[in-house]
Amino acid sequence: MTNSIDDIAEQAAAYFVIGSNTTEQHPVIGMRLRQAVKRRNAVLIVADPRRIDLVDYAVLHLQQKPGTDIALLNGLMYLILENGWEDKTYIKQRTEDFEDFKKTVKQYPPRKVSQITGVPVEQLEQAAEIMGKTKPMAVLWAMGITQHISGVYNVMSLANLQLLLGNIGMPGGGVNPLRGQNNVQGACDMGGLPNVYPAYQAVTNETSQSKFETAWGVTLSATVGMTATEMLPGVLDGKTRAIYILGEDPVMSDPDTNHVRTCLEKIDFLILQELFPSETAPYADVLLPGTSFAEKSGTFTNTERRIQKVNQAIQPIGDSKPDWEIISELAKRTLEGRGVSSGAPYAKWDYNSPNEILDEINALAPSYAGITADRLENGETLQWPCPDKDHPGTPILHTQKFTRGLGKFTPIDHIPPAETPDTEYPMVMSTGRVLYHWHGGQMSRRSKGLLEIYPKALIELNEEDASRLGINGDKRVRVSSRRGSIELDAWITDRVPPGMVYANFHFPEASANQLTQAVLDPIAKIPEYKVTAVKVETT
Amino acid sequence: MASIKLTINGKSIETHSGQTVLEVAQTAGIYIPTLCYHHALPPEGACRMCLVEIERQRSLQPACTFPATDGLVIHTHSPEVEATRKFILEMLISDHPLDCMTCDAAGDCRLQDLAYEYGVKGGRYQDGFKHSYEVNDPNPFIQVDRNKCILCHLCVRACDHVNGVEAISVFYRGFNAHIGFGADGSLQDSPCEFCGSCVAVCPTAALSPKLASGKGRSWQVEKVDTVCSYCGVGCKLTLNVRDDHIIKVESTWDGPANHGWTCVKGRFGFDYVHHPDRLKKPQVRKYLLDGKKKPKSRNGKLWQWVETDWETAINITAEKLRTTRDKFGPDSIGVLTSAKCTNEENYLMNKLARQALGTNNIDHCARL
Ligand code: SF4
Ligand code: SF4
Ligand code: SF4
Ligand code: FES
Repeated sequence: MTNSIDDIAEQAAAYFVIGSNTTEQHPVIGMRLRQAVKRRNAVLIVADPRRIDLVDYAVLHLQQKPGTDIALLNGLMYLILENGWEDKTYIKQRTEDFEDFKKTVKQYPPRKVSQITGVPVEQLEQAAEIMGKTKPMAVLWAMGITQHISGVYNVMSLANLQLLLGNIGMPGGGVNPLRGQNNVQGACDMGGLPNVYPAYQAVTNETSQSKFETAWGVTLSATVGMTATEMLPGVLDGKTRAIYILGEDPVMSDPDTNHVRTCLEKIDFLILQELFPSETAPYADVLLPGTSFAEKSGTFTNTERRIQKVNQAIQPIGDSKPDWEIISELAKRTLEGRGVSSGAPYAKWDYNSPNEILDEINALAPSYAGITADRLENGETLQWPCPDKDHPGTPILHTQKFTRGLGKFTPIDHIPPAETPDTEYPMVMSTGRVLYHWHGGQMSRRSKGLLEIYPKALIELNEEDASRLGINGDKRVRVSSRRGSIELDAWITDRVPPGMVYANFHFPEASANQLTQAVLDPIAKIPEYKVTAVKVETT
Repeated sequence: MASIKLTINGKSIETHSGQTVLEVAQTAGIYIPTLCYHHALPPEGACRMCLVEIERQRSLQPACTFPATDGLVIHTHSPEVEATRKFILEMLISDHPLDCMTCDAAGDCRLQDLAYEYGVKGGRYQDGFKHSYEVNDPNPFIQVDRNKCILCHLCVRACDHVNGVEAISVFYRGFNAHIGFGADGSLQDSPCEFCGSCVAVCPTAALSPKLASGKGRSWQVEKVDTVCSYCGVGCKLTLNVRDDHIIKVESTWDGPANHGWTCVKGRFGFDYVHHPDRLKKPQVRKYLLDGKKKPKSRNGKLWQWVETDWETAINITAEKLRTTRDKFGPDSIGVLTSAKCTNEENYLMNKLARQALGTNNIDHCARL
């Protein structure tokens, strides 16, 4: 997020929520959106193929067809330009490449956009007018925007919109992706990505490379590594021989479960460090018991780039160990086996506490340099970038200038989704999570209350489709795609429009990922979870 | 905001307008008892516990709603005030179960504290009608015991002003007045999303967490502040721990991302930590211990799990990583780090992949 949760909740005059089921996926942010609408009449526009709960609080629901976000956004920007509602001063002072972008947007007149997206022209006009006239407006999105083959372009289009309206770098504005997992922001910040060291220092940049070579006392690879979505298929062509998985469950969370299983079966050596015998565990060669958040200390970074202290509350269960200890032991032993030793300042692995690791992060990750153990112990919670010990942290990004100087407009054209419905698979399935469960369900299915209140997989199905398919008393359905088939109960509801179903991946016996496909955004390598062609039948 | 001057219990106070008498008193360190007041919610003046005497006002006034203005002369503990408070408490207690000895809220109950403070036992009106509601809301999270409800409306306000779904309201008036959900049905049939905000503000055990029932009282638990393990909002949570078990999760009001609010997962979804399925010992496949080749079949003895000590498991694993690296090169190994683990652990996974193994094949589920 470029802005803070508080800032958005308190300062935004309007909200554009697209591809985020906020009240179920980021409930506390969802609550604050509801309060902003209820208490201070903030204006909310929701764009989502489904009638999510937040729609009840919106002045406008743009129900675009799945996979048509770019067309929708270009259409809105066309109207903003047509009416002269763009922020001309901002565009002049803070952006570049406006003219090229404008040419592309001019190709998206309302009628054409309405045809592609299914959103009526009047709604496009209403939305554009609200956006053009209500400032500041915050844009919020989540996986509904990114999990498409056009994910990166979808995000760029949202940046275009906010540049056009002069809403980036402003209190109550910004481009605000809501990050899913508790520490997905931190995992990215800490170099848990194939192309960057901690704090996004590129592995292909010589200065960064030599910085880490000096710190860690080894020669480092300058080749960008494989993404998660490439590593597993890499098993089949012999590229990947061994995988070390910390607390992830590809059988549940990766697309095309059958294919994932095939890859896992063929792997030479799989190390799984987990809390539970997950669905991936049957394929592991070694199972190492890690600990939950309650049994260790450290820090998490939330969606607004805020680093907060995690404190150990109970002893590790059984013989399990804090994960940082296990990782250190493994690394130490591997280096010993390789006969590598070095006197470099950060070559060693004998940490006595998470705070010692944080010291090393302070030294090597510039945006975390000032986020020290001392400050956190004193009760401070800081938002990066925080370059030194006296820096107060950064609640809003890009207030003076962008990282690259000027904000860049990018001309972007609509790309249809990879799999569109046909006669055999006539419906579109989108996937996601529900309020009461979490991701692959390893944690939430083992919480008594959460399981009791939402005990089994459900697929959302529109009434029209249900009656056409003759699904009435017995709500059990079979849903199939080109890759697999699941049986589960239908929830007959107008949350989804006719022709669309929505399923989750919380339950192994009927996980949506048995149907999804591993077709990736070419840049970010994110799978297109949000559009799968399926057929629904009675059982 | 104009600056004003007023007097409380003979003490002259200078402050600014736009506050209630209660807020001014609290800032000045002057105690006024309350039951239906919560600093995070708008005041309602429902319980009248906070009545104070304000000179030149005809009757006692609730401090939690009365605006502080210039020149007020206020007495917070005059005999009339004290008698009225005691009377209100006696009325409340007369229709209260008085089973503090087994009540989960004991030690953390505003009614109990005030009864203690005002020396109210049993109540004077024992002959009056007593409520006897069934305690049977079937939801898995929240125990609803209307017998302990003092109709302070804090839950109603929390559901409206925190979560925003307005699942709770007060039905009927007078003796039959009671809180109800949706159209006076069960919580599950109402718009409730089990965020637990109502439980957090309820001053008694009328609304209490089912999971914590009988597990420990407030003075028996250790409270540890930490951060939620589910989504990226990063709610600050306070784990209540007894005998090395988390029995309850609360939230503190100073969490920068959540200001005391949570959702159902953060507040009620913590018990996975203690689930019997938790892996408690390292396990390796038998073929590894036997020094055999990996079996083709997954049904045979060689593919069975064997529990080991850490030393064995780590040695086998490190050795395998090293030999794979030697034989097929560093890029034949992939590392999936975890968006559930800490920054420190993610940093180490990055260092392990790049330094110890020599590959940039590291990623996590940000894309999934
Ligand atoms: S749990 Fe939350 S949503 Fe449910 S009644 Fe209480 S405050 Fe309202
Ligand atoms: S349930 Fe609790 S919070 Fe709600 S009115 Fe009764 S006593 Fe007050
Ligand atoms: S309590 Fe709910 S909203 Fe808050 S971090 Fe946890 S899962 Fe997210
Ligand atoms: S606290 Fe003021 S009336 Fe209840």
